[in-house]
Amino acid sequence: MNTIKHDVVVIGGGPAGLAAAIAARKNGCKDVLLVERDKRLGGILNQCIHDGFGLHKFNEALTGPEYVQRFIDEFNSLGIDSMLSTIVLSVDGKRNLYVSSRKSLTRIEAGAVILSMGCRERTAGAISLPGTRPAGIYTAGAAQNFINLQNIMVGKKVVILGSGDIGMIMARRMTLEGAKVEAVFEILPYPSGLARNIQQCLHDYDIPLYLSTSVIEIHGKERVTGVTVAGIDKNFKPISGTERYVPCDTILLSVGLIPENELTRGAGIAIESRTSGAGVDDAFMTGVPGIFSCGNVLHVHDLVDHVSDEASLVGEYAVRYLDGEIKTPESYIRIEPRQGVRYVLPQKVSGMRDFTLSLRVTTPSRDRAVWVKDGDRKVARKKLIRLHPAEMIRINIKKEKLQGAKMLEVSVE
Amino acid sequence: MEKQYDVCIIGAGVVGNAVARELSRYHLRAAVVEKESDVSMGTSSRNSGVIHSGIHYKPGTVRAQLNVQGNAMMTDLCRELKVKIQYIGKLTIAQDEEDIQTLHSLKEQGEANGVPGLEILDAEQMQKIQPGVGGIKALLSPSTGIICPYGLAIGLAENAHANGVDFYLSHEVSHISSTGQGFRVKTVAGADLSCSVLVNAAGLYADRLCRMLGITEYSIYPCRGEYLILDKRLQGSLNVLVYPAPRKGGAGLGIHLTNTVDGNILIGPSNEYVDAADDYACTAQIIELLKKEGHELLPGLSTSDFIRNFSGLRPKQTPPEVKGFKDFVIESRKDVPGFINLVGIESPGLTCSPAIALMVRDMVAERLPLREKSSFVAERPGRVGFFHELPPNEQAELVEQNSDYGEIVCRCEQITKKEVLDAIQNPLGVKTVAAIKYRSRAMMGRCQGGFCLPRIVQILQKDFGYRPEDYILNSAGSRLFAGSVR
Repeated sequence: MNTIKHDVVVIGGGPAGLAAAIAARKNGCKDVLLVERDKRLGGILNQCIHDGFGLHKFNEALTGPEYVQRFIDEFNSLGIDSMLSTIVLSVDGKRNLYVSSRKSLTRIEAGAVILSMGCRERTAGAISLPGTRPAGIYTAGAAQNFINLQNIMVGKKVVILGSGDIGMIMARRMTLEGAKVEAVFEILPYPSGLARNIQQCLHDYDIPLYLSTSVIEIHGKERVTGVTVAGIDKNFKPISGTERYVPCDTILLSVGLIPENELTRGAGIAIESRTSGAGVDDAFMTGVPGIFSCGNVLHVHDLVDHVSDEASLVGEYAVRYLDGEIKTPESYIRIEPRQGVRYVLPQKVSGMRDFTLSLRVTTPSRDRAVWVKDGDRKVARKKLIRLHPAEMIRINIKKEKLQGAKMLEVSVE
Repeated sequence: MEKQYDVCIIGAGVVGNAVARELSRYHLRAAVVEKESDVSMGTSSRNSGVIHSGIHYKPGTVRAQLNVQGNAMMTDLCRELKVKIQYIGKLTIAQDEEDIQTLHSLKEQGEANGVPGLEILDAEQMQKIQPGVGGIKALLSPSTGIICPYGLAIGLAENAHANGVDFYLSHEVSHISSTGQGFRVKTVAGADLSCSVLVNAAGLYADRLCRMLGITEYSIYPCRGEYLILDKRLQGSLNVLVYPAPRKGGAGLGIHLTNTVDGNILIGPSNEYVDAADDYACTAQIIELLKKEGHELLPGLSTSDFIRNFSGLRPKQTPPEVKGFKDFVIESRKDVPGFINLVGIESPGLTCSPAIALMVRDMVAERLPLREKSSFVAERPGRVGFFHELPPNEQAELVEQNSDYGEIVCRCEQITKKEVLDAIQNPLGVKTVAAIKYRSRAMMGRCQGGFCLPRIVQILQKDFGYRPEDYILNSAGSRLFAGSVR
C-alpha cells in the first residue's frame, strides 16, 4: 500500500468541504487535498434542484447545483487537488487516513484533517415504525435522488411522514411530477422545517399538514397499501379514537438528519449527544489536535449559506494550526445550554478570539431574547421576534467580553 | 411438461436446503420447490442466528440428539460453504438460589445430551468473561455459537445447486397427488414435477402440505418473535451470549441480547401467537417493550442506535392455550410411502439442519439406492466474510487485481462493488433487491440503503439493463418504482 502526505486533507466534497478547502488554499496552504466518494464534487446539492440557496450569501435565489457550482469553479480555478470516487475507510487519532478507490488503497498522512462528511437521513427502522415492511418506503432524500438524478418515479399516491425541509420539498416535487400527495404528518405540535417551505411547498399546492399526528402503522404485504395515522398526545402516545386509515402506495420519511460521524468516532473523537457531532472549540477543533469539523457533520444546519461561512472559517483555522498559531489552551471556558436552548456550538472556547455562537431553541416562541451570561454578567443578548427550533440562531461574541469568564450559560428569556 | 425427479423437497429454508445439499452427494435427480422468490425467506432468515449447544432439551428427544449432532457438524460445514460462524459461548445466569438449581439441572441435562465443556462459574469467573454482567452464578456452554442464518441457508442452496439440484423458486405448490409409485407436484406457476420421494420441509406451511396428502394430524401455530437490530457502534459490548436462567411458566428462552456475526446486536425475540403464517408485522407494544429491555441490558444505548426492526414466526405444534414445546416430527410415512415429513422444526432447527439432513438421507436410502457421486464438490467458491474484514494488505492486493474491490457501494457496511456484482449475479439467478441485500450485506447498515440503494439501482440499470418496472423488493407485487418520471 502506498503512502502519501498532504498538509490539509478535507473529507467530503459537498458545500462544507469545498468552502473549507478553498479557504485553506486562500490562507496560504499550497498542499490541500479533498477526498470525495462520489465521482463529482458538490455533495447532496447535486440533487437539490429546487431554488432558495444563496439568499444570504449571494443575495440571489439559486438552485443547489448553481450554488455549489460557484464553489466548484473557485476550487478548480485555485488548482486544489482532489481525489474523486474515493472513500475514506478510516481516520486515526494521528491523522492517518486509509482511502479506497478503483485504482488502489492508499494511506494518507495529514498535517490537519477537516471532517465535512455531512449527514444521513433517519430511517423507518431508526424510528421503529410499527407494521409491515413492504416496498414503497423511502427517505425523502433517496426519493429525491431517484426522481431528480435517475428519472425514476418512486410512487403515485404519497404520504409524507415528518415535516423536515426535504420532506416538504419532495411533497412539491412529487406533485409537480403528477403524484398525489395526500398529506404531511408531523408528530410535533409545530413543523420541523422552515416557514418558507411550508408556504411554498405545501400551502401553495394545497397539501395539508397535520401537526401532532403521526403514522402508527404501515400496511401492505408487497407494496405499501396505506397507513394508519393518529393524533399524538404530549407524551408522544397515539390518542385512542383518533385513528384513521389513509390509502397510499408510497411513504416518504423526513424525520430528521443524523450527522455521519462514524469516521469521527473511529478517530477517538468524543461525540456530543446534543448535536450528534464532534465537540469542538472556537477554532472548530475537535478533541483530537489537528482534526477539525464543519458543516452538517458537526451540527445539522438550516441553510447551506451558514455551512459555507462556517467551513470557510474552519479552512482558515486548519492552516493556522499548521502554522502553530492554534493550540489547545491550558483551560477552556465551557458554554452550556440552559432554559429553552437545545444545543450550543462551540461547546467550549479559548477566550483568545472572537467567535460566532450557533444555537437552536427547544420550542417555538415570539418576542424573546437569547442571553449569554457569565454568572450574572451579561456577555451578549440577541432580541428576536420569532424563535423556532427549525432555525439556527447565530450570535457574534467578542473576545473582550470573555475576559475572566469561567462558564457561559445560554438561555431564552 | 412433466419433469421427473427422484426426490422433490418442498421448502427452501435452511432445512430443505440442507437436505438438498446432502442428497446432492449422490446420483439422484433432486429438486427444491419454493413459493418465495428466493431461498431462506421465512423462519430461516428471521431468527437470532444462534447455534445452540443443546442444554435445553430433554435427553432422548429427537431435538436434543439432533441439536448436539448438528452443532458438532457446523464447523466443517461452514468452512466448506464459506459461512461465518463464531463459537462465542453462552452464559446462562442465575440471580437466586432457585436459579442455581436450574443451572445444575441444565448442566446435568446437557451432559446427558453430550454437550461438551459445560461449567458452573461463580460471579468472579463470570465477570472475567463478560464484565459488568449481573448475577451470582452462571452456566457456561462454550459450544454455543453465532452464525449468519440466511448465509447458511443460501450457502447450502448454492452448493446443492452447483452439485446438480434444481431450484424452482416462485413456485407455490398448488397440487400434490400420490401416484402409488411416487408423487406428482404441480405449482401455481405451471411446473409439473414427478418424484419417487417427497420431502416436506415447508416450515410454517408443513401442515397444509400434509393435508394435501390426506394427513390431518398436524397443525402449525405461527408464533411471532419481534426483534430490534442495533447499530454496530455497540459492537464489543457483548463477549458472549447472556441469557437469564429459564423460569417456570416462561415461554421461549426469554428476551435477551444476541450479537450477530456481522457486528450488530439483536434485542428479542418476543413471543406472541398470530393467525397468519405470513404476518411479519411489528407492533408498537412489542417495540416499546424491546426498547425498554434494551435500555436495561445496555446502559449506553441511545435512541439513534436502533436501525431496524423485524419479526419471524416459529412453526409451533402447540396451540396458544398449551404453549411450551413439542418434539420435532421427522418421519417416513408408512401410510404414504415415499413421503418424508418434517413438522414443527422450530428452534433449534437452524442448529439441527445438517443433522436432520442426515436423518432424511437415511430415510431416502430405504427407498432409493444411494451411490456417491465422484463429481460432488463440497467446497463453495469464494471466501468467508467480507472484503472489509480482510487485513489492509490483502485488500490492497485485491484492489490491484480487480478495481471493483476499490469502489465502496454501501458505505455503512463498506461493501464493495465487486461484492454487489457477485450478489446480483448469484448462482440461483434470483433477481430481487432483497437477494442482493441478503448476499452482499449492502443496505443492511445504519442508513438502511438510503445511500447505496440509489447506487445499486444505477448499477442494475447501467450494467444489467433494468428498467424502472424491473426492480422488485422480494416478490412479484413488491415493485420499487412506479415508472419513469418522464
